[in-house]
Amino acid sequence: MSAGAIESSVGGPSRGHAPWVRLAHWLIVAVVLTLAYSGIVILMAHPRLYWGWSGNDLTRPLIELPLGRNYHHGGWAAASPFFGDPRGPVSQVRTYDIFNQNGWARSLHFLLAWLLVSALAVFAVASLATGHLRRDLLPRGEELAPKALWRDVREHLALRITPAKGGPPYGVLQKLAYLGVIFAALPVMVLTGMSMSPTIAAAWPWLPALFGGTQSARTIHFLFLCLIALFLAAHLLMVALSGIGRQLRAMTWGR
Amino acid sequence: MPSNDILLPRRALVGGLASLGGLALAGCSDENPPTYGNLLRIADDFTYRAQRLLLPRNALVRQFDHADITSMPAIGTTDPGNAKEPAFSTDFGEAYDRLRKAAFAEWRLEVAGLVARPGAYALADLKALPARTQITRHTCEEGWSSIAQWTGAPLAALLSHAGMLPTARYVNFHAYDETVDSIDLYDALHPQTILAYGMNGRDLPVAHGAPARLRVETQLGYKSVKFLRRIEVVEKFDDFGKKGNIQNGWSWYAGI
Repeated sequence: MSAGAIESSVGGPSRGHAPWVRLAHWLIVAVVLTLAYSGIVILMAHPRLYWGWSGNDLTRPLIELPLGRNYHHGGWAAASPFFGDPRGPVSQVRTYDIFNQNGWARSLHFLLAWLLVSALAVFAVASLATGHLRRDLLPRGEELAPKALWRDVREHLALRITPAKGGPPYGVLQKLAYLGVIFAALPVMVLTGMSMSPTIAAAWPWLPALFGGTQSARTIHFLFLCLIALFLAAHLLMVALSGIGRQLRAMTWGR
Repeated sequence: MPSNDILLPRRALVGGLASLGGLALAGCSDENPPTYGNLLRIADDFTYRAQRLLLPRNALVRQFDHADITSMPAIGTTDPGNAKEPAFSTDFGEAYDRLRKAAFAEWRLEVAGLVARPGAYALADLKALPARTQITRHTCEEGWSSIAQWTGAPLAALLSHAGMLPTARYVNFHAYDETVDSIDLYDALHPQTILAYGMNGRDLPVAHGAPARLRVETQLGYKSVKFLRRIEVVEKFDDFGKKGNIQNGWSWYAGI
């Protein structure tokens, strides 16, 4: 029972991708890739991550990323303690000319963020209204049985992938991955991103608090970027293994 | 929690409300600021309008405890009187250096434009206004943040003292390092928007904007103009050409 196992769990001929699904897919691809690009440019201005409500070059980071020339730049004048205690909070003048392209990168990021929110909203409404969510994306009860899940995991680990059919029905792991990205990971990106805005943090203080503070929200924003990148890698691998030509044609022209 | 809240004098409240009404009405016209030219700036403008439309007004930013105060980097201009700094201005740098050497005793904050009583405020005049002390988070566009205690006069109290006129819609800030920027009246009259002359219980250090800087707690750090020289209340939005943020590629509205 090699390919047959998944075949039976997936079952039936494909219905293909609806036109609005194809449009939303490629729109979200373009938006997410541009967000990742501008987001990494923004991160390069300060490649340090923290936990809590504050964090800067003079405080302890949670993670430091060797990203660009601002990593460990060390361009600081002597410290002057605020309260006379050199182990307490200090002020230090930065003497290093940092890499900072945030003027355009932030504005581009927020422009794309508006598009992402719109695309996610359209997808949520359309997938509910057309039955795409219930029919193709939500796993059926029996698919979630541990035995069935474990079988799909084993088949994927052995890279026994069903040849492309050009659309749903999907396997259970496939459904969970798509649901996870659209309805969990991308919304978390939006909410952690909004948490970093000083105006929003003032208006809705519960939002950054939900993530443990504004700097925690920034850290979670980065960790979820990594999760989305992992999804993308797995997605591309599955597309390649199941027949890249067939899959690309199906997602672009519908057949 | 706020250490000492202030009650706005009724005149400032009435003037402020009248001006906010003007702002809301003007929101319907094409003359709404900022007059951005490219796609990126149009998105900033959209965010500005969306936040002003959807978010509750005058929501206070979180105030922290004294134990939460952190170290704080000083970036950008850290001494306008130092001729070696990139932003050194020959027009104002030497003047700043002289003022600093005299412990800012001769420093005056010019308040001009749409006010009934234009004037020049010494540090003692600012300190004579009701003071507010707040421990708040400074959010830098670079990605870092710090927490410090700021003491100063609420901008609303100063504008009330100077008699802001109902036609006012923006407040422009000019600094000794030739920084120039503006905020709308929502932010200008926000109870936590102050002209800070004290930081962490002492006089504001030069590196952080002595003798007085703006604190706009609802926006990113770069809107909190340091080394204040002149405040001008205006009706029309000004992008300040090549000296302003917009033409240098930065958002005017930095609430996000």
